[in-house]
Amino acid sequence: MVTTSKKILDQLPYGKSFLFVDELLHLDENGAKGTYTYHEDLPFYEAHFKNAPITPAVILIETMAQIGLVCLGFFLIENTKTDQNISLAMTSNAIDFLKPVYPGEKVWVTSEKVYFRFNKLSCKVKMENALGEIVCKGNISGMLISKAHE
Amino acid sequence: MDKTQIIKELAKIVTPYTEEKSALENIGEDTDFITDLKINSANLVDIVLDIEEKFNIAIDNDSMAKMLTVKATVEIIETKLNAG
Repeated sequence: MVTTSKKILDQLPYGKSFLFVDELLHLDENGAKGTYTYHEDLPFYEAHFKNAPITPAVILIETMAQIGLVCLGFFLIENTKTDQNISLAMTSNAIDFLKPVYPGEKVWVTSEKVYFRFNKLSCKVKMENALGEIVCKGNISGMLISKAHE
Repeated sequence: MDKTQIIKELAKIVTPYTEEKSALENIGEDTDFITDLKINSANLVDIVLDIEEKFNIAIDNDSMAKMLTVKATVEIIETKLNAG
């Protein structure tokens, strides 16, 4: 498990300032679970909002997509490796936001595969805080994109 | 189920995925999902999954790759229905 998650984390295409996965706790063909801590010095807190930092909803979606959709997608295609460079593009999402996430908070993201067919992965996702409360939940889908040459 | 009925069912299935109302009203064999109805590849997958459910058939990868026009899609649905 440790080797698998490390391999997947190494494959992620995000730079440091836009990587929202710290650790992958679980991965199997039906879903993924991982964590991320929003450090207080993340650049968007300065402006969202002025003097009232709160994690933007769009960042919560991105976090759920990176852990729940992209890491799971990379895991699912692990065994069908080709020479092609593969990435995953988010194509739709529908998310409810139930609680705010403040700077410094750690979150747990769990995803359950709804279907993975014709290169489209659709997942039910939820994010929980340290109290075990659901902060947001919904559905995220993405398409596998093959880039033959970099 | 004849061709006209299949096309009628297809029109119902694609309705939530297109903003091209006039192309949808005039849907026929020559309608292309991508160029006429402006449906993207991600929504095309959902349409194929809806077709499987509606007609109670299984679509494989090769068939999916061909399902870009109403004509090709109707042919595949007819073939699968007859095989079943």
